Amino acid sequence: MSLDPATVRRIAKLARIRVDEAQVEALRTDLNSILGWIEQLNEVDVTGVEPLTGGTQMALRLREDVVSDGGIADAVLGNAPDRNGEFFAVPKVVE
Amino acid sequence: MLTDLTLAEARDGLRARKFSAVELTDAYLAAIEAVNPKLNAYVLVTGEAARAQALAADAALARGDAGPLAGIPLAIKDLFCTQGVRTTAGSRILEPFIPPYESTVTANLLRDGAIFLGKANMDEFAMGSSNMTSAFGPVTSPWTRRGDNRALVPGGSSGGSAAAVSARIALGATATDTGGSIRQPASFCGITGIKPTYGRCSRWGVVAFASSLDQAGPVARNVEDAAILLRSMAGFDPKDSTSADLPVPDFAAACRRGVKGLRIGVPKEYRSEGMPAEIEALWQQGLGWLREAGAEIVDVSLPHTKYGLATYYIVAPAEASSNLARYDGVRFGARTAGEDLASLYENTRAEGFGAEVRRRVLIGTYVLSAGYYDAYYLKAQKVRALILKDFTDVFRTVDALVTPTAPSAAFAQGEKMDDPITMYLNDIFTVPANMSGIPGLSVPAGLDAQGLPLGLQVLGRPFDEETVFAVGAALERAAGFTALPGIRAGAGAGG
Repeated sequence: MSLDPATVRRIAKLARIRVDEAQVEALRTDLNSILGWIEQLNEVDVTGVEPLTGGTQMALRLREDVVSDGGIADAVLGNAPDRNGEFFAVPKVVE
Repeated sequence: MLTDLTLAEARDGLRARKFSAVELTDAYLAAIEAVNPKLNAYVLVTGEAARAQALAADAALARGDAGPLAGIPLAIKDLFCTQGVRTTAGSRILEPFIPPYESTVTANLLRDGAIFLGKANMDEFAMGSSNMTSAFGPVTSPWTRRGDNRALVPGGSSGGSAAAVSARIALGATATDTGGSIRQPASFCGITGIKPTYGRCSRWGVVAFASSLDQAGPVARNVEDAAILLRSMAGFDPKDSTSADLPVPDFAAACRRGVKGLRIGVPKEYRSEGMPAEIEALWQQGLGWLREAGAEIVDVSLPHTKYGLATYYIVAPAEASSNLARYDGVRFGARTAGEDLASLYENTRAEGFGAEVRRRVLIGTYVLSAGYYDAYYLKAQKVRALILKDFTDVFRTVDALVTPTAPSAAFAQGEKMDDPITMYLNDIFTVPANMSGIPGLSVPAGLDAQGLPLGLQVLGRPFDEETVFAVGAALERAAGFTALPGIRAGAGAGG
């Protein structure tokens, strides 16, 4: 399977990373080389194998559904590039 | 000089009041000032805070209520969030980030009295095997080849941590390992590093790369020092849903167990074609040492080993593309302006992420995208299950496995940069432990013909780090590795 330039642009859009036209071809070569190498997994017979989804074989724990934190708006907003009172600020979304 | 002491020796010296924590810390800060400009191992030195911590440690030592690491100066990989201290993950996008909280692992170290000298350089978001992808410049290895001054890589991604410990500008360091990022730099720098079992150390407050693979661990001068550090770093944490609710053993005691009667497996699939003969020879030598110490050496097979890396390069980028979605220029981190919200996101991420991070986020986005999920991600999860089964099967008949840590010694800065896969192949022997969650330790076992360190890797059963330490310590005793890098604290102006 080989990616075409349109697919590279579509993936970049999905990933929200700006890719300039001049970068598309180099990126396409890199991604195709990685994907081509990954194709070796086609040799492996996985019939009847259950996927392993995590790093641990332990069951996840449940915890009490209680408020354990909060009331620290200034700490939460302390690293915001832009803020407006107790809110994160972004360019206007709705006219 | 004070910086020559191991962690265990320094701990004992502090307790016997032979020197103070302030003296020890000042010795390290002076060494950092002299040596770090050559290495770039630290991206931030927190000297003032370190001295304050040292004063507190001296007070605790005087009172007699000092923790197990009281007065021990450490470097902290810049992937661990440290309250009030900039944490960048080696990325431009986190350059302005000052965490309002402390990671659980670093909080555990502080609880036990450790002193933090500063934040260690690393590959951006822990994605790399050379420390060449850091936004704050590469780390130079303290080692060079005989008769060749070219700057070598310290390995990665925990390259700053490993270089700092090797050059004796930290007594130990925290590190993390997603595909080999503790063990490969430990091997390249001639020190010990252990990736414990997945779940042993909390991931809370550690900047996430691939959540089902990431695991914190120490790098240290020797096996016992690594065992002492791991005991403080590890432990159950309700804030990490995958943290293991198990007691933390006395790992240092396990180092003294010996290997008599242990069955050590040798996986034939790790005998890769093109592996340098001296690595093969060192491996055989290591097995010989263990046999002499009373272990039984057994040939075993891990048939899916060769698929580990390809599986990794689906699972890790997929998880990374999801984890790194949070860097949007809105809530924290750097922002690059845009005319609307979508272009703000796209510009921020294009400028904030380096080339390797962008590449992996794009691969991850692709393998998770509609129509390709089953072909890539689901397939990789199934192969991952087979890799785990290989280990589960062999650990029915052997107690540990011994392999080389990496397929080569350290390479020069700029080498292996031509295509991504050449760099990825560094992790061929380390990735399977991450895919299966089992513990893995790298211990320096010898030098190659050019005078560079080579490590051997010990793999063990889940949550049986004690056997891993026992085997690692036996290899260490037999190897008698005493070589030192040319660039280190106290090596003189020419060093």
